[in-house]
Amino acid sequence: MDDSLLEHRAGEIENDNELTTWVEYWLDEELVHRSVHVTLKKVPTFAGGDTASF
Amino acid sequence: MATSFLSELMLGQHQLGASTIVSRGSLTAPTTDTLKAALFLASATINAATTAYSTTGEVTGTGYTAGGVTVTNATAPTSTNSSATAGVGYWTPSASFVYTSVTLATAFDCVLVYNSTQSNKAISVHTFGSQTITAGTFTLTMPSNTTTTALLRLATT
Repeated sequence: MDDSLLEHRAGEIENDNELTTWVEYWLDEELVHRSVHVTLKKVPTFAGGDTASF
Repeated sequence: MATSFLSELMLGQHQLGASTIVSRGSLTAPTTDTLKAALFLASATINAATTAYSTTGEVTGTGYTAGGVTVTNATAPTSTNSSATAGVGYWTPSASFVYTSVTLATAFDCVLVYNSTQSNKAISVHTFGSQTITAGTFTLTMPSNTTTTALLRLATT
């Protein structure tokens, strides 16, 4: 396949909990590849990994 | 409370009540349990009340194996005093959770870390922004293994 036919899209979101980046490749308006990388920065409060006080 | 007790809990060095567990081999030098990390749909109910892994609400798709991936655990839990009266016990997996060459078409937003050696007992749930994967890789990189950011933290104040 001619890679030049692929449209590359990428994005990033960052908040207190995570830094997330993603990469997409589209062919004729069809999503053919999507990879995501999430880096956890802080465990959400409800998730049970938060600091527990005794 | 002794700060050392916090990491010793995670190391299984105290038994304050009768308990039935899966044998860890030697009584004096037991083996480390195998932990796994499974992904769950945004529609699933996975939270602090979750007691064990089950396939209910787990993602399905090409390349994904039910139960998730094995957690790399090369760094033992540790504990640090933060003052004369307080401290933190903490632990973080030593490698990212990587789900390679998968297609997960239905949105998912959390990972359950559980003990596959000990009857799939739940350890923790961690959420992130809802995602899908198309013929790609999902990588979940761990936070820094510090007293304030480690994946698992037990603290006295």
